[in-house]
Amino acid sequence: MPAVSKGDGMRGLAVFISDIRNCKSKEAEIKRINKELANIRSKFKGDKALDGYSKKKYVCKLLFIFLLGHDIDFGHMEAVNLLSSNKYTEKQIGYLFISVLVNSNSELIRLINNAIKNDLSSRNPTFMCLALHCIANVGSREMAEAFAGEIPRILVAGDTMDSVKQSAALCLLRLYRTSPDLVLMGEWTSRVVHLLNDQHMGVVTAAISLITCLSQKNPEEFKTCVSLAVSRLSRIVSSASTDLQDYTYYFVPAPWLSCKLLRLLQCYPPPEDGAVKGRLVECLETILNKAQEPPKSKKVQHSNAKNAILFEAIALIIHYDSEPNLLVRACNQLGQFLQHRETNLRYLALESMCTLASSEFSHEAVKTHIETVINALKTERDVSVRQRAADLLYAMCDRSNAKQIVAEMLSYLETADYSIREEMVLKVAILAEKYAVDYSWYVDTILNLIRIAGDYVSEEVWYRVIQIVINRDDVQGYAAKTVFEALQAPACHENMVKVGGYILGEFGNLIAGDPRSSPLVQFNLLHSKFHLCSVPTRALLLSAYIKFINLFPETKPTIQEVLRCDSQIRNSDVELQQRAVEYLKLSSIASTDVLATVLEEMPPFPERESSILAKLKKKKGPGAVSGNELEEGKREGGELNGAGERPGDSSAIGASNASTPSPSADLLGLRSAAPVSAAPPSAGSLLVDVFSEAGPAAPAAGANDDGFLRDLEPPTESSDSLLAEGPGDSDSAPPSVVSEDPAPPLPESDELLNKFVCKNNGVLFENQLLQIGVKSEYRQNLGRMYLFYGNKTSVQFVNFTTTVSCPGELQSQLNVQLKPVDPLVEGGAQVQQVINIECLTVFSDAPLLNIKFRYGGALQNLTLKLPVAINKFFQPTEMSSHDFFQRWKQLSQPQQEAQKIFKANHAMDTEVLKAKLLGLGTALLEKVDPNPDNFVCAGVIQTKAQQVGCLLRLEPNAQAQPGEQMYRLTLRSSKDTVAKRLCELLAEQF
Amino acid sequence: MQFMLLFSRQGKLRLQKWYVPLSDKEKKKITRELVQTVLARKPKMCSFLEWRDLKIVYKRYASLYFCCAIEDQDNELITLEIIHRYVELLDKYFGSVCELDIIFNFEKAYFILDEFLLGGEAQETSKKNVLKAIEQADLLQENLDFQIRLFPGVLGPNVSAESSGLFQS
Repeated sequence: MPAVSKGDGMRGLAVFISDIRNCKSKEAEIKRINKELANIRSKFKGDKALDGYSKKKYVCKLLFIFLLGHDIDFGHMEAVNLLSSNKYTEKQIGYLFISVLVNSNSELIRLINNAIKNDLSSRNPTFMCLALHCIANVGSREMAEAFAGEIPRILVAGDTMDSVKQSAALCLLRLYRTSPDLVLMGEWTSRVVHLLNDQHMGVVTAAISLITCLSQKNPEEFKTCVSLAVSRLSRIVSSASTDLQDYTYYFVPAPWLSCKLLRLLQCYPPPEDGAVKGRLVECLETILNKAQEPPKSKKVQHSNAKNAILFEAIALIIHYDSEPNLLVRACNQLGQFLQHRETNLRYLALESMCTLASSEFSHEAVKTHIETVINALKTERDVSVRQRAADLLYAMCDRSNAKQIVAEMLSYLETADYSIREEMVLKVAILAEKYAVDYSWYVDTILNLIRIAGDYVSEEVWYRVIQIVINRDDVQGYAAKTVFEALQAPACHENMVKVGGYILGEFGNLIAGDPRSSPLVQFNLLHSKFHLCSVPTRALLLSAYIKFINLFPETKPTIQEVLRCDSQIRNSDVELQQRAVEYLKLSSIASTDVLATVLEEMPPFPERESSILAKLKKKKGPGAVSGNELEEGKREGGELNGAGERPGDSSAIGASNASTPSPSADLLGLRSAAPVSAAPPSAGSLLVDVFSEAGPAAPAAGANDDGFLRDLEPPTESSDSLLAEGPGDSDSAPPSVVSEDPAPPLPESDELLNKFVCKNNGVLFENQLLQIGVKSEYRQNLGRMYLFYGNKTSVQFVNFTTTVSCPGELQSQLNVQLKPVDPLVEGGAQVQQVINIECLTVFSDAPLLNIKFRYGGALQNLTLKLPVAINKFFQPTEMSSHDFFQRWKQLSQPQQEAQKIFKANHAMDTEVLKAKLLGLGTALLEKVDPNPDNFVCAGVIQTKAQQVGCLLRLEPNAQAQPGEQMYRLTLRSSKDTVAKRLCELLAEQF
Repeated sequence: MQFMLLFSRQGKLRLQKWYVPLSDKEKKKITRELVQTVLARKPKMCSFLEWRDLKIVYKRYASLYFCCAIEDQDNELITLEIIHRYVELLDKYFGSVCELDIIFNFEKAYFILDEFLLGGEAQETSKKNVLKAIEQADLLQENLDFQIRLFPGVLGPNVSAESSGLFQS
């Protein structure tokens, strides 16, 4: 065929396009376009009525101009006119214009919808398809409102043409994605599922995309699709390459449909019906077998189509994770691909193996390919493939190969692409920590990391090494020695100076016996780096110096001299100046005892999961680090820092458990609001302040009087009286219409809720996109909560709405009112929402907070539990021992008491326990219980309807070995449900 | 699939199809970024890359790059073949299609794409059926206009590259 424009050539359009192409400069092009725009405008405004052809031509020119990247602000009306033309090509161009340039002008939308309505009811299949394509392309809410009811009818009607069914299915899919609340399948469900049996392969191909999407959201209603999908797949897999005629693609029968079928099956667990499952396993085996057969064609299209099905089948096998035989076969197949000459296949094999590595059945099989993967990391020419290799090494790493993998990754780092260095650094840091058997190896690895890729070592990484060194006394001497040596390099990275400053400041004494690293040598070494460092590092070094004065009195004159010199004491940076002045004064006037107390060694850090993992997850996007892995990280991290391994000072570690570890908590716990400062005031956490840039400190950390720690509250948290305005006076309506289907509460929402039983402020929730902070205050039976929604992405959230619901009887127990929240949250911005809460009577459940917004195109829908529990309405009650026991006895009926005996989840530290009990809202009664180890508390719960008195007794068996420590918790209250509920809430806290 | 872009080696956008709602500003930003990223890649590199939280699948045919953005769980290889099938459809319709055909008959390129993919999903994968739908539409035309012939040389610069058949390389 010659290069001919088929159909309705528009000569004027072709000439215009040529003109544009002949323009020598951008200016000339703009000039030509403006001329054309003026021409079109005058034609549209002219008195002479334009014929359909001219209208079409001009609309098409406008479209072309728009697609070149220029703005178009007229012509919409003419395009809408074309929609009602009875000439197909005019209609078609009209629809194209509308699809590309849709405008939310409501008047136009009404006209457009009218035209679409006419075409849908025209019974002319070509017109119907055009209208459906337009709806699918625009997919706006207005269109969903107008057509979401009609399209399912068209889709399942017996007399609908196949091509119209195909368009209707995908049109509906698009509307469902935009406005799931408006697309109600209900009565159509079973007929839609049965489209999988349609004779027309095209109808099945289109319908299955819709069914997959619906199944993801409503698996139960659509589960009959599983057996239909299996039998359809089985027919395709066993068909000869010619059976399916035009649906065979380069000798592969129906590759698109096969992939979609396998994808649909991944929405479900393995079929329960033995026969169905058997048939499916047979299909999967056949697909794996076919991969071993010689290709039927040399064309890449043949192998791509065939392998597309293979990879989708492997994805299903991994999804099931229950057929060891298939998993191992999949792994072997991918192993072959690792050495394939096609880069695409190597890439996909590395990617797919990553998920296989996390299955217990195939982890070992994946590990056998380690040499190939290391080789890929070294030799692949494409950075995106090397990236996959690094991911796979990370995924296949375990105790047996950690040293090898970490060494390979470290050596790769020296030459790695800048784009992936930071991620590599995080991965090495995580693996080194997770699989550290001896900690000198861990310290070596991290210091190497800083040496090789210092610029890419984020704060989390060097915080972490310090945290671990502080917590493990068996590695402190080694760390001091190693960091001392590393600092001797003529050019060492500033991060090394930070680690060095911190570690020598704490443990320099452990190597001071060696004359080569005597106190003065250490000091001079550190100070030689001082002038090259940034202000935060200098601040850290000053703190290290004052620690030196305590560790080594002989260095005092030298250090005082340094502090006294003008460049310190008159430093223009107020932070440095203040430190110099304060430290100088401290060292001059404080007695040795006071110094020793204030500058005591840092207490161990809280046992918490590595924040590096969270950081990596954030970098990688969803799915990159599986939940599994995070879990494992938590477990292994715990082992590394574990209180259980250190019976000697478990109290100090336990102290830190006050702040429940959250995956997003920063390393040193300063970001999440802990109810109590981890360190007792006397522990002199002077050095903590060097981390204060990392984030706001817990408000309650005020136990520490150090001047540097003041005023670190985040600016968003207003300290105005939270209750200045009563909850009753909110006159505004709830911020959003209650939408039909809020997501079910997140599985972790209970756990999140538990974090807030004993505290009122902190991070309630965090994922890739969104962080929700909470700050709340309660008085009597009223509460006010501030929620801070932070957009963590660079893209704005639109249609941001939140609703609170009180399911079931909670509705009559709690009165919750939301103030409106801005529907638009800019990238990186934070919006605040106020919630007023009134407790009407005692309650057990938590209200549900549903958040919906659009990010990119996708609707985000999540539901959390609002951290409101009955204990928030406690008023503390002080009473004497006599009164306490008298009331205790009065509440002696069985239903008035709730008791639980449970294992200690955290180390038993008196101060922490006290802080938690105070956080609960009760009064902690001293000297009431005859056993000084026990705690008793009293309080009254204030509700609108009644007041409920509660007494609490917590008995730890502190003398038991760590690991066997238990608590007995007893609650008595005048109302039985309250004692029970409080007991449940509290049992999770210790 | 979230969107499909066709652009030339010079970075000129020839076709854009968006299956998710985005503002014009965002679309322009994405296009700029992606065109740059893809053009910077060397010929033998793999056809897939991670970009933001999407996977990009691209392939070059003569002077044109076809580039699709798919989601995490979507299949890269089958997307490559989506691209190929689309090129086949264009080729069959125009008769050894070249970039110029797509420039001058951009509306046809959009119509063919709509028959093949709708809402970002394959609607009809049979070449015959897609072309049948388009031919039927063509039969409905009023057929009063000139048929436009494209002669290399009169239509502007860079014609030699743009007029080379997409399947020739």
